[in-house]
Formats: sequence, structure tokens, C-alpha cells
Amino acid sequence: MAKTHISMKVNGTEFEGLVEPRALLVHFIRENLALTGTHIGCETTHCGACTIDIDGMSVKSCTMFAVQANGSEITTIEGMANADGTLSPLQEGFRMMHGLQCGYCTPGMIMRAHRLLKENPSPTEEEIRQGIAGNICRCTGYQNIVKAIQYAAAKLGGVEFKEAAE
Amino acid sequence: MNDLTPTREQREAALEGLGCKRKRVEDIRFTQGKGNYVDDVKLPGMLHGDFVRSPHAHARVKSIDSDEALKVPGVLAVITAETLKTVNLAWMPTLAGDVQMVLADGKVLFQNQEVAFVVATDRYAADDGVSKVQVEYEPLPPLVDPFKSMAPDAPVLREDLAGKDTGAHGPRKHHNHIFEWMVGDKELTDAAFKKADVTIKELISYHRTHPSPLETCQCVCSFDKVKGELTIWGTFQAPHVIRTVVSLIAKLPEQKIHVISPDIGGGFGNKVGAYPGYICAAVASIVTGKPVKWVEDRIENLTATSFARDYHMTAEIAATGDGKVTGLRVHVLADHGAFDACADPSKWPAGFFNIVTGSYDFPVAHLTVDGVYTNKAPGGVAYRCSFRVTEAAYCIERAMDILAQKLGMDPAELRLKNLIRREQFPYHSALGWEYDSGDYHTALRKMMEVTDYAALRKEQASRRAAFKRGETREIMGLGVSFFTEIVGAGPSKNCDILGIAMFDSCEIRLHPTGAGIARMGTKSQGQGHETTWAQIIASEIGIPADNIMVEEGNTDNAPYGLGTYGSRSTPVAGAAIAMAARKIKAKAQMIAAYKLEVHEDDLEWDIDGFRVKGLPEKFMSMKDICWAAYNSVPPGMEPGLEAVSYYDPPNMTYPFGAYLCVMDIDVDTGVHKIRHFYALDDCGTRINPMIIEGQVHGGLTEAFAIAMGQEIRYDEGGNVVTGSFMDFFMPTAVETPHWETDFTVTPSPHHPIGAKGVGESPNVGGVPAFSNAVNDAFSFLGSTHIQMPHDYWRNWQAAKNLGVFAA
Amino acid sequence: MIPGAFNYHRPASVTDAVKLLSTLGEDARPLAGGHSLVPMMKLRLATPSHLIDLQDVAGLKGIRREGDKVVIGAMTTQHELLASEEIRTTLPILQEAAAVIADPQVRYRGTIGGNVANGDPGNDMPALMMTLGAAYRLEGPNGAREIAASEFYQGAYFTALEPGEILTAVSIPAPAAGHGYAYEKLKRKVGDYATAGAAVVLTMAAGKVGACAIGLTNLHETPLLATDAANAVIGTSLDPATLEKAASAAQAIMSPASDARGPVEYRKHVGGIMVMRALQRAASRAS
Repeated sequence: MAKTHISMKVNGTEFEGLVEPRALLVHFIRENLALTGTHIGCETTHCGACTIDIDGMSVKSCTMFAVQANGSEITTIEGMANADGTLSPLQEGFRMMHGLQCGYCTPGMIMRAHRLLKENPSPTEEEIRQGIAGNICRCTGYQNIVKAIQYAAAKLGGVEFKEAAE
Repeated sequence: MNDLTPTREQREAALEGLGCKRKRVEDIRFTQGKGNYVDDVKLPGMLHGDFVRSPHAHARVKSIDSDEALKVPGVLAVITAETLKTVNLAWMPTLAGDVQMVLADGKVLFQNQEVAFVVATDRYAADDGVSKVQVEYEPLPPLVDPFKSMAPDAPVLREDLAGKDTGAHGPRKHHNHIFEWMVGDKELTDAAFKKADVTIKELISYHRTHPSPLETCQCVCSFDKVKGELTIWGTFQAPHVIRTVVSLIAKLPEQKIHVISPDIGGGFGNKVGAYPGYICAAVASIVTGKPVKWVEDRIENLTATSFARDYHMTAEIAATGDGKVTGLRVHVLADHGAFDACADPSKWPAGFFNIVTGSYDFPVAHLTVDGVYTNKAPGGVAYRCSFRVTEAAYCIERAMDILAQKLGMDPAELRLKNLIRREQFPYHSALGWEYDSGDYHTALRKMMEVTDYAALRKEQASRRAAFKRGETREIMGLGVSFFTEIVGAGPSKNCDILGIAMFDSCEIRLHPTGAGIARMGTKSQGQGHETTWAQIIASEIGIPADNIMVEEGNTDNAPYGLGTYGSRSTPVAGAAIAMAARKIKAKAQMIAAYKLEVHEDDLEWDIDGFRVKGLPEKFMSMKDICWAAYNSVPPGMEPGLEAVSYYDPPNMTYPFGAYLCVMDIDVDTGVHKIRHFYALDDCGTRINPMIIEGQVHGGLTEAFAIAMGQEIRYDEGGNVVTGSFMDFFMPTAVETPHWETDFTVTPSPHHPIGAKGVGESPNVGGVPAFSNAVNDAFSFLGSTHIQMPHDYWRNWQAAKNLGVFAA
Repeated sequence: MIPGAFNYHRPASVTDAVKLLSTLGEDARPLAGGHSLVPMMKLRLATPSHLIDLQDVAGLKGIRREGDKVVIGAMTTQHELLASEEIRTTLPILQEAAAVIADPQVRYRGTIGGNVANGDPGNDMPALMMTLGAAYRLEGPNGAREIAASEFYQGAYFTALEPGEILTAVSIPAPAAGHGYAYEKLKRKVGDYATAGAAVVLTMAAGKVGACAIGLTNLHETPLLATDAANAVIGTSLDPATLEKAASAAQAIMSPASDARGPVEYRKHVGGIMVMRALQRAASRAS
């Protein structure tokens, strides 16, 4: 199968590649671009571990072909830390609130939370849970992930974060 | 002393030792996508392998035609059982004393069983190759119902066992029978039942499910032809065991095998044993001289790797009229699938199921377990089960509720009447365990007080009346669960994996500048060992946790260990860590005495160093002792400051807990809502409360999924009908309830730091709480026992069977 | 999880898209959001040799009024429906339904065209379109045509779409101001197809139902318009007996599949419950 030339901006840098049309975007990111932070957890578009931010949307990169993303602008987990290398508010929130254990769902979860907070900078707990319903976690039971996102929302909003009483 | 001198509190806090909510070290890389998981491993010239799998549950393999597959660009080889037979690897031993086909040898025994392994230059070509392999099958009648497995005319599954009337665990009664395991006193138990005022008997089934970690099983095998060395990166919860097993079955010298478990995306028992994928990738690498990667899909993971549970338990309790239990009898029919690949310690074919007397003082008990083969995936022991403890806890907790119902007693009151009392510890159970410590009554009373249990029962009574009056279509249930776990496998006298005793280990080496590195034989898959193990060391030897690097998973560097599963890491490796630290502390004391020019006995330990008794200003910090260890040790002493400990635990540990689930069910749709879930856990000494809470949240979420619908189900043809995330229930943040956690602390008397382990408790205690809640909701309408899982449609079915919709 | 190989085309106009589909024949499939097609391709349950990506095709996006009709471009995503002020004010039931389709990521990509055109009995929009009296605008090698949603569905994955045709827009008559609406979807979890779904659009006058339409999702091999059930409530105040009658009339035309969501009897039972709850909620919203 003849390969197609594609180019896209990923984490601020222009990348090019030659891919088969059937090459999944998640494989292009992980293999061609060697950005292995984006993970694969299923093949039926349920788990969300492969979630990236593309052209202002949260998308499961396992359900797009790389050719569909030609000309797009993508942010992956590798593009989230601050310019000086410190953790972004979401990354810090996940650490402070123990919102991860094995770390496998974390990149997809953070990328989704990133877009969620742009859609809705002060979400309620219910809105957060609905907002991350496309991301499965097996380790945390989601409770601390909700807190992590609340922490980040507060920090981004310049407000002090108060953990809700149990 | 001046303002600049840190206080004792400050020095303590600087260590971030035991009891501190230390933030995790692992998170720095995980939140940045810089973890190193198996599929991130890329080596030059690396090939990919993928499986051709059987669509049939039971069939003869007439022929495998690889011609078309080999024509696919990029496909290099198609390995079959015939290929593997040349190196005697067509079959491999299982952890349970059985053998298992690596690739189909003449027949297949479960749907999606591995038939051929296609090796190609990349995963796309490998998948193309798989689609082109032509296999001719002759279907055979499938055996799916374990209750029919020992019928006289049941299909023969294991032709390889023809004529073998003894298995690894004793005599076999039938060609589909694996073992019979008996524990306890039959005569005394029968006698207790004969004279009992009240007895109950119920078939309580724990359905088949699957641990489904978010990362599937995978490996990269790289054989260096020049050096004759095999390196394997893999999703291994027990990397050292894998190394030894590979050495034995592949006949490679063990020192030439390097096994590395990098970051693992969840294990939950799915990643303990060896799978055909590992063997085939290793063989392919040895044959081609190139690295070979195998990464399974989710459907492959759910349908072919180690399932969990599938126990059909007939429980009987004998009791006095006023609710004192006098005997327990349990028979289990254990469905092991096509091969007994259970990851149990070798002498325990039914794991530690004999913990089924639970938290109650049964004077006598008798247990029999019959294991059988069916045309389903092999395995059985997985999914936070502590070797069948999840099954045992579910059995006894359901049975106690059923007894309470028969007696007309409140389930919590019945438990209070029968819980083992604090004075009875260490407690010798009727089925052979010595429970180390517990204060059950305090825990249950605390649960009842905090949740205002009495008020909830009052509310339930009034809601039941309202339901009967037709004022509401919702029923309310209270699910009580009081569980005792048995973890920390285990003492060498009765615990081994393939002959290797189940100790664990820790090696600590301190550097001149007051920092150090520590390695253990365990392997975290999310439990946070890099963070918590350093906390133990920090408290023991006064070096800040941040200055201790913790490594696990590289078998060349880490001392031999049996890995992480069954909540054994804290009880066993945690102990080894403390013991190794204490060896270092003992040497440090001698160095300090020498440097301070006093006798060792004149020194006392003070948070982060040694102080001369009565002379508080004469103090030497551990930091300074580290430096001294490398330049001025006492004459005759070796320089350096390191120690290794291999810890053979004297006993298991017994965490316990009291859970309550408050649930409302809409009878018309069967939809359930968890109104409140309270979980009190006692895991002894709490190393990091933040991590404990996280473990409880995660385990409860798994329990919720299992109890309320997560099932690996087969139809009568042996086809898996719940083989992907479409139908295998994986709750999202929307379905998952809020968890309220609490604790008591009853240290383990035999553990160096009194810790018991907690990882699996929430799954053990959680499922009974949910299932008891559903059953409690319906019981006033006339039911005794409604089987799990409690899907919406099954709740509706239960309501229908109870006549709720009768005109 | 790797799809079979295919040729990829990215036309810029409907004409070009139609020409490609017609000439390449049965082995060519249009690609919209891809969140039904790509998962099937990854399991090799669908193996098209050609994919016609519609993302650059002019004229398939946008939500606009054409007189009393709301016209939605086929490539409008569920996310865009949820963000649209026009939809919020004119067709709020679309937002209620879109919010329970799949999950946030899938909604960013899934299109209304994809949801209504592929004939999957589990999709939520088709029954809604029938309830709203919508029409689909199609374009093919023989030109453009319009077909009522109620005539579009012929069987599971079997629609009135002719070879070479693509759906370009959905045209929906704006419901009366003050109409009541509800989409009741019972599902096992977020992201699941409906165990049973009922869409209701009605008007009330002086406490009685004026007009009513009821649609049923995933209770048959096609979406259903429950006409008898709707007629049963017209002129009534939706008292309990009438609600039961409507539920029974709806159940009479249901033939759901027995699957992991439940046996036939259960799905019909909850199908009836969804109809009753949707009627009640719709009535409470009507003014």
C-alpha cells in the first residue's frame, strides 16, 4: 500500500511522516514521533487511555487515522508541563491529590481534563465525573481524580483549593 | 539549642517516614507521560508477534496452512505447536501443577486459545498475517456447565491426561476432575449439624470475572546470539519467578537470563503467571536472533488470560436458636477452565479458601473443594483475591446474612454475637489458620455508630411499609460485610511457588553523602513502592525518604523475591526492609559509638541519629555516620554501610474490616443507586494513609463492578459473550459511587513494623457488601438468595420472580 | 486491532465525493467522524478498500434556519449540537439526546449524519428524527432528493440510501413554541447503547395533550414511531391509566434483541417505562 505524506504540529513542533492510510493516529504518535506517553488500553474506543487534544477537541487517537489529522495541531501529555519544566496545574493536582496509581490512564485523563477545564473552568463534581466519563481508570476509583481536577481548576482560577470534607 | 535548631517534630517531618502522607515519587514521571511501560520499549530490528486464535471452544485442529500468511509482505514466520515441539515447548507447566498448551497441539480447548504465532517486521504486517492463516477445525461438543463436567457421558477435554488417575494434588475422580481438597473435621462437623437448632444451606456462586488492568499483558524478548543471553521486558508481577521458570523450561542458564519488569499499568493478579505470548516471543527471538515484541489486544486479554473466581459454593451453617454458630460446612465446585493455571502457592489447590470461617468463632468446620475442567479460558486465581479469599469472604458473608434472615435477627447483631473476641487472638480457626490479631467488635461497632446503622434500619422499615402500600417503587437495602483477610504469603513451611519458598527480600546500600539505594524482590504495578518502601527505611534509619532511591523489577540487581500479588508486599518485603534497615542501624550504632568514643550501650536512637544517654549534645546523625562508614570505621570493621535481608515470615497477616453499603433499587427498571458506602479497614500499622485510601477506593470500585455486572460469560456453545469493554462492565466516574473510608489500627504482633497489607481488602470486603445490600433490599418480599452479578435486568428479574409485577 | 489496508480520498466537494463513491462502488465507504466505522475496521468486521473522508467537503457543516425548518449539516458533530444556541432554543430535545450519546471524546467527532445514516438500531438520533418529523437530504449520482426519516430505515444496517448517495443535511420542522419534550434513555453505563430509549415531543393545552409523537430506540431492528401509543394520549391529561395504555401500545410494536443488556421481556418492560417517564417529563416541560 503506497504511503501518504502527512504533516502536523505536535506540542508546538512541526512533524512530517510517511504513513499508510490505515496507520492509526495513536501509532503515528507513539512510533513515528516516539511520544510514548499516549497509551493504548483497548481496541473498541472505550477506555480513553489514548486521548489527545487535537484542534481544540478531546479525541481518542486510536479511532482516527493519522491521515485524517494531516494539517492538525495536537497536544499530547508530553506538551503539558510548563516551559521551565515544572508540572502544570493539572499534573501537580494529580500528584497532590493522589489521582493516579499505575499511571497508565493518566496521560489520557490529564489531556481530557485539560480540555474539560477549557470548556468549563469551574465544573461541579457531577460535571467533572460526566466530563471524564470517556476515560476509564482501574486503580483510583476516580474519587481522587475528581479532587485533582478540582485542585487544578482552583489553581488556574487563582483560587485557593479546599478539599471537601469526607 | 537556638531558633535554627530543628525541633523533634521538624526532624521527624523531614524524614517523611512511616505514617506520613508522602506524595509519590512515581508521579513525577507518570504525569508527564515519561513512564517506561513494556510497549514503550523499542529495540533496533525489533519484530512483532501476534496470535491466530481459535473461534471454537472445543475442536480438533485438522490442519494449519500458513502459505498465504507467509506471502504477506513483512511476515517472516508462522510458529505452530509442531515448531515448538522441536524445543519441547509446545506445552508448559502451570503454577498449579498442571500443564498447558502453549500453542494448539492437535486440539483447542477454549475460544480464543492460541493456535499459531505470526512473526513479522511490524504489528500491522503481523495482524495481516494472522488474518491469512487458514486453520481447519473439526468442532467437538463443548463442556460449559461445570455441574455437568463429571457426568458419565461428559465430553473428554484433556486427552493428554488419559489414563492419569492422579494429578498434582491427589486422586482424580473423573476425566474432567482435577483435584479434591478437604480440610477440617467431618465427623465433628456432621455431629454439630445433627444437633443444631437451626441450619441453613445455600448454593452461593461467585461468577467468573477478570482483573482487566488497563495495560494488557505484553513482553519484548531479545536473544543475543553472540552472548547466548536472553533479555525479557515484560508485564511480570513476579520477575524473578519468571526468570527461574524460563531457565527451567527453555533450558537456558539462569545467569544468562535478564528479566526486567519496567513500569506496569496495573496487575491485579492478571500478570503473575506465564502466558503463551511470553514463550512464543522468546522462542521467536531465539530462532531469529532479533528482539520480538508481543502485545495483546483487550479482547485477547479478557478472553484468554487468567480469569478470576468461578466458584460454586454450597454453604451450610449450624446454629443455636438464639444465633450462636456451631458449625460450618462448605462444598465448592471450582471451574478452572481448560487447564489448571491457578497462581496458587503449590500446596494450595484452592488457595486459602479455608479462611471461609471468616471473622466468626466456628468451633468446627469442614470444607471440600472439587476442581473441574471445562471449555473455558484457564486460570482462576487473580483480581485482588489473595488466593481465593474473595470467594471465601463472599461465601461466609452471604451465608451469615441468610442465617440472620432465617433467625429473624439483624445481620449486624448476628455478627456481633459471633465475631471472634479480642481476647481470643492469636486465634486458631477450625480450618487451620492462626489469625495474628484483631479487634473485631470495636470495628463493627464503629461502623454501626458512624453510619447510624440503627436509624438506617428504621428508615428501611418505613420504606418497606410504604412499598407495600404502593407509595414507592424503590426498595432499600443495607449490605453489611465484616471480612477477615489472610495475606502475606508466606511462611516457607507451607508456602512455595514451584518449590521456591515465599520469602521476600530487601537490599539497602547507603552512600557516603547520606543517601542510598534500596532494591526489593517485589514489583509495584501502581501500589507506590518507590514511595512507601523509602518511608519504612526513613523511619528505621533516619535518612529522609527523598534521599533513598527505590528500585524494583530488574532481576540482575534486585535480590530474589516472589513478587507483588496477594497483598504480600508489605507483610513480607516490608518486613525484609525493616530487617535490612535494622542491620544497617546496628552497624551504624557501632560506628557512632566509636566516633563518639562511648560504648554502644551508651547510645540511644533519636529520630535521625544516635545520642549519648545523659549527654544530649553528644549526637551523631545518620548522615555523618554514612560519611564515617567510608573513611573511619572501627578497627576490624569493614567499610561501607549496606545490608540485605531475606525474610521468611513466621505467619500470614490478617487485615480485617467492616463495610456498609446503603443501596436503593428501582424495581421497575432494576436500576440501583449506591446512596452511601462506608469502609473501615484495619491493616495494622499504616505506612502512608494517602496510599491506603487510594488502594481502598480502587478495590471498592472493582468490587462494585464485579457485584453489579462485571462478568466473563459463556453461552452454551462456549462462546464468550462479554469479551470486550462493550459488555464487560467497566464503570466510569459516573457510575462509580463516592467512598467514605475509615480505619482502626490493630498491629500484627509478629511483623517488624506491625503492618498487615491492605491492597486486596476492599475487593474482599466490598463484593459481599454490595451483594448483601441487594439481597437485603429484596428479602422482605420473600427471597433468600439472589445470585450475583446484580445487573439491572437481573434485579428486575428478581422483582418479577417475587411477584412484584403480578396484576 | 489493526484495520485492513485501504485507499484514502479526501474530496473537497459533494460532487467529487459522490463521483468517488459511485465509481468505486461497494468497496468504498464514506468516512464522517469515524467513530462507528473505524472500530469496526479495527476488528476487521468492515474491510472497505476505499475511504472517502468527508471532513473537507464544502457545505456539510453548519446549523441554519430555512423558514420553519432547522437545517443541520450532516457533518455537524454531537459536540456542536450541544454548543448551539439555535438548537438549545428551538430543538432542546436534540441536546438532551446528544448529551447521552457515547462520551465527551466521541461526541467531539461523532456526527449527526453518521448517527442517522448508518442504520445501526442502537443509535439514538434516528428515533428522534422520526419523532420530530425530520427529513434527510441526500445527494447521489442521480441528483439530490429528500426522504422522510420515517421512511428511511428498512432493517438493521439497511436503509434507503442508494449506491453512491451521501446524506448532506437533516431538515427538521421547528416544534411549536412551548412544546414539551423528553428523551428517556435507560443504559447500563455512560457510553452504552440504549437498553431502551423513548423520545417524546408533545404540546399541551389546558392540561390536555394536543399533539404527540413518540419514538423508540434500540427496541427493534429499526427505530420505531409509536403512532398508536401517541394517539392513545392525545386529548388526555396523561393520567396513570392512559400512561399504561400508551406503554402497552408501544410495547406491542417492540421486538428488542436479547443481549447482555437483558432478555426480551425485560427490554420491553423497561421500554414501556421509558415511554411513560418520557411522557411525564415532556408534559412537565410543556407550557
